Amino acid sequence: MNTHGKVTGIVSNLVTVQVDGPVAENELCYINLGGTDLLAEVIKVNGDKASVQVFESTRGLRNGDSVEFLGRMLEATLGPGLLSSVYDGLQNDLTTMTGVFLKRGEYTDPLNHEKLWDFTPIAAPGDKVVAADWLGEVTEGWLPHKIMVPFSFKGSYTVKEIVPAGQYNIDTTIATLLNEENEEVKVTMTQKWPVKVAVRGYKEKPRPQKIMETGVRVIDSFNPIAEGGTGFIPGPFGCGKTVLQHAIAKQGEADVIVMAACGERANEVVEIFTEFPELIDPHTGRRLMERTTIICNTSNMPVAAREASVYTAMTICEYYRAMGLRCLLLADSTSRWAQALREMSNRMEELPGADAFPVDLSAIISNFYSRAGMVVLNNGKTGSVTFIGTVSPAGGNLKEPVTESTKKAARCFYALEQNRADQKRYPAVNPIDSYSKYLEYPEIVAYLNEKVEKGWVEKVMKAKTLVLRGKEMADQINILGDDGVPMSYHETFWKSELIDFAFLQQDGFDPVDSLCPMERQKYMLDLILEICERKFEFSDYEECRSYFKRIINSLRQMNYSKWESEEFKSFRTQLNEILSENGK
Amino acid sequence: MANKAYRKIYTRLEAITKATVSLRASGVSNDELATVEGRLAQVVKTKGDLVTLQVFAGTEGIPTDAEVSFHGNPPTLKVSDQLSGRFFNAYGKPIDGGPEVEGEERQAGGPSVNPYKRRQPSELIPTGIAGIDLNNTLVSGQKIPFFADPDQPYNQVMADVALRADVDKIVLGGMGLSNDDYLFFRHAFESAGALDKIVSFVNTTEEPPVERLLIPDMALTAAEYFAVDKNEKVLVLLTDMTLYADALSIVSNRMDQIPSKDSMPGSLYSDLAKIYEKAVQLPDGGSITIIAVTTLNDGDITHAIPDNTGYITEGQLFLRADSDTGKVIVDPFRSLSRLKQLVQGKKTREDHSQVMNAGVRLYADAQNAKTKLENGFDLSDYDLRCLDYAKDYARELLSIDVNIKIDEMLDTAWKLFAKYFRPEETGIRQAFIDKYWK
Repeated sequence: MNTHGKVTGIVSNLVTVQVDGPVAENELCYINLGGTDLLAEVIKVNGDKASVQVFESTRGLRNGDSVEFLGRMLEATLGPGLLSSVYDGLQNDLTTMTGVFLKRGEYTDPLNHEKLWDFTPIAAPGDKVVAADWLGEVTEGWLPHKIMVPFSFKGSYTVKEIVPAGQYNIDTTIATLLNEENEEVKVTMTQKWPVKVAVRGYKEKPRPQKIMETGVRVIDSFNPIAEGGTGFIPGPFGCGKTVLQHAIAKQGEADVIVMAACGERANEVVEIFTEFPELIDPHTGRRLMERTTIICNTSNMPVAAREASVYTAMTICEYYRAMGLRCLLLADSTSRWAQALREMSNRMEELPGADAFPVDLSAIISNFYSRAGMVVLNNGKTGSVTFIGTVSPAGGNLKEPVTESTKKAARCFYALEQNRADQKRYPAVNPIDSYSKYLEYPEIVAYLNEKVEKGWVEKVMKAKTLVLRGKEMADQINILGDDGVPMSYHETFWKSELIDFAFLQQDGFDPVDSLCPMERQKYMLDLILEICERKFEFSDYEECRSYFKRIINSLRQMNYSKWESEEFKSFRTQLNEILSENGK
Repeated sequence: MANKAYRKIYTRLEAITKATVSLRASGVSNDELATVEGRLAQVVKTKGDLVTLQVFAGTEGIPTDAEVSFHGNPPTLKVSDQLSGRFFNAYGKPIDGGPEVEGEERQAGGPSVNPYKRRQPSELIPTGIAGIDLNNTLVSGQKIPFFADPDQPYNQVMADVALRADVDKIVLGGMGLSNDDYLFFRHAFESAGALDKIVSFVNTTEEPPVERLLIPDMALTAAEYFAVDKNEKVLVLLTDMTLYADALSIVSNRMDQIPSKDSMPGSLYSDLAKIYEKAVQLPDGGSITIIAVTTLNDGDITHAIPDNTGYITEGQLFLRADSDTGKVIVDPFRSLSRLKQLVQGKKTREDHSQVMNAGVRLYADAQNAKTKLENGFDLSDYDLRCLDYAKDYARELLSIDVNIKIDEMLDTAWKLFAKYFRPEETGIRQAFIDKYWK
């Protein structure tokens, strides 16, 4: 017998319900509005009054309307067919909804129940299994999708029966397990998991061991993100947050990508729908959409579902991680989620923290970031969830609660800068303020020594120092004037411009330049550092400027040319000729 | 309205603030309208049987024994082709002396379009203004505001843009328009002979500020009728959104909500997004494009209103006075149309994006030269040429009084490049130089 209740108060999407029985924090309920069920979640209980946030518009709701509690939290439905889907924040399939407008109370099934999947058993009768152990697999697109013992199963089980290889739909019982009391439990290809609870079901969560390549030079070389790592991209509007995130989504070295469009522009999501089915994944040659799930709760969709959307996205990632896959979660933007929390906290008349955000904002954010990571599964295989979130700081000022809280939680910081964007220096990642803590990890340094070359990190640090020195010189030149400083200042400044223009800047819309593999990044950085080591002779600063501009031009043309093509080699030769004119 | 006679009338208010009243009532639904002493109000909060109403016209003179009756429905607008050519107030009542509109009654502020049903915007909206068409091309289904100081002629520019744009309907949502500006729009539409394709919802400064909260929903309900039901291309003009946001802060303040940045309500982002995200390219050809005005305080875009707007809209158009030419120009640095690459070179000439970039880059060099000049440094020959170019560029292309076709804009730019620069100084691809250099 479920708990029931009646609506006693309404402020926008915060509804107070008088209940006749037990309710749990975060329990779901349906509020009946003239025959339409509106989904809502308990966020506070006081005596027999439960405050619930409604995931829909509450227009027309009356005091006295009936409420039915569901006895469960918000859950994600997990199973084959998640990839290439487009969901809203509550995991309703947006593609199967009818009509142009979203209808209140229309909930659609996340997975296709008719579709048959080619199942191959992995476990055999008699095997001992626990939650998240692999029972069998189907092929989803091109990925092996493991069918697992549901995450919610406690204790250990023995496989009693498992179906032979063949075609089944997701609701077919594919295995019968015996629990410790020798009772039969049936397992299908689908399971549910409450989104706000982290999926465990792994042996350990070691420190990240390797980097995840994105093909973006300023990330991979200067501030690499680890596989299973966390990072965030703050920046004022118009600085290219979304463009950078899309580039990472297109090129990131991951098996599964989940994109959570949280409270952002609908047309940006439309761009993903339109482009991803056409684009090719550079690592596998398959269509990008085949490895992508989109969770979309745009800014005009119900505010309360913004929070749900990031948690649903994380749960889907954790599910694929348990299959031993590398997952990448991109959330744009976590500030909108924080704002949704603020709206709710305000309606509940809680005492506010900084900028009226709830006081536990920092705890909520770090708790969420902590769900990312690389894990060693029970069978010794590894899987990972890498998480990159964007932050939209109010007024572009990084001293605001969301940015500050995120900075404490994320290990990589990609600061987008208005100034760089104004100068069209894209990606507008500030090379001096941005950082990757992973460059300090001995595991990662060892990995890079192995993967790229011995001493790679020192090389990167050297390049960073050159950029910093260049900036100091630029400040001096601005104060004292072009003629007021020694020639060496100009030379140092232009060497840093060389790194900026030929390495840090990258044309995200150019088919060749947009994706730069590690081997090519190393080649270019070596070449540029070699030029920076040289000593040049200039009679005046104009000569210095035009000389370096020619070098930059050759290097950029190399970036635009196919790797080791004739064209590439001809620009390399051109560069050598320029270098032979001056310096040694 | 048949049940009007049976409506219960309440006559005891528990509390009154400048914008809200509270009373005990039962069976009231959220968001529904009510009449308080003859003034329109809307339910914003219920707690037990205590109901809080936002009174749009303000509460001046409302007594505690005021008569209150509830309508049983949220704000609605009657939609039909009869809307065309008409002027309405914030409640959708005619203010042009004409008859009431007959048609289907629709709720204002309805649901959102399923993002999966949207199409990618791809149709160019030419305006004749080179600062827009050349550098910040508009696309149907886009939402973009003018960021302007109050002394800029933003309403005139917007009227020009609206009348030149190739659209089926124009819906004007005027919030806190001065009476002069209202009459200006009316006159501009009438004298252009375009009145039959225009629908206007107007709240002037003479009317209570809280009323303006209804304007965007009314205007967009009308726009959705034409775009969704009639598959028409609709352009919605919203001016001034800063005054709309100010009205939001008044109500939230009266309801004792904790303000966030710049004393704006914490929900400002969602409130604005709900309006702007109505801009859409629909699958059956209809579209809603929104051009808005956000007035700034001395060019400050970090204030909560322009800041939140910038995160929502697809770019912004920045107007400023140019001291070199004495004209108002569309600032090429701070303006941005995020959707321009969807049409540039695809719906316009192939050289469009290269010419645009070169033009702006050279203008930036001129700004650097200007700074050098101001700081007392010597100018090179290149600097001097840049400065001359900048004057011509501002006068012939950036100025808002320009009205030419996009091909002419491109030709003008090529002409200026040839007048002041050598081909390699423009950095334009060789193939285009060979074809277009004058």
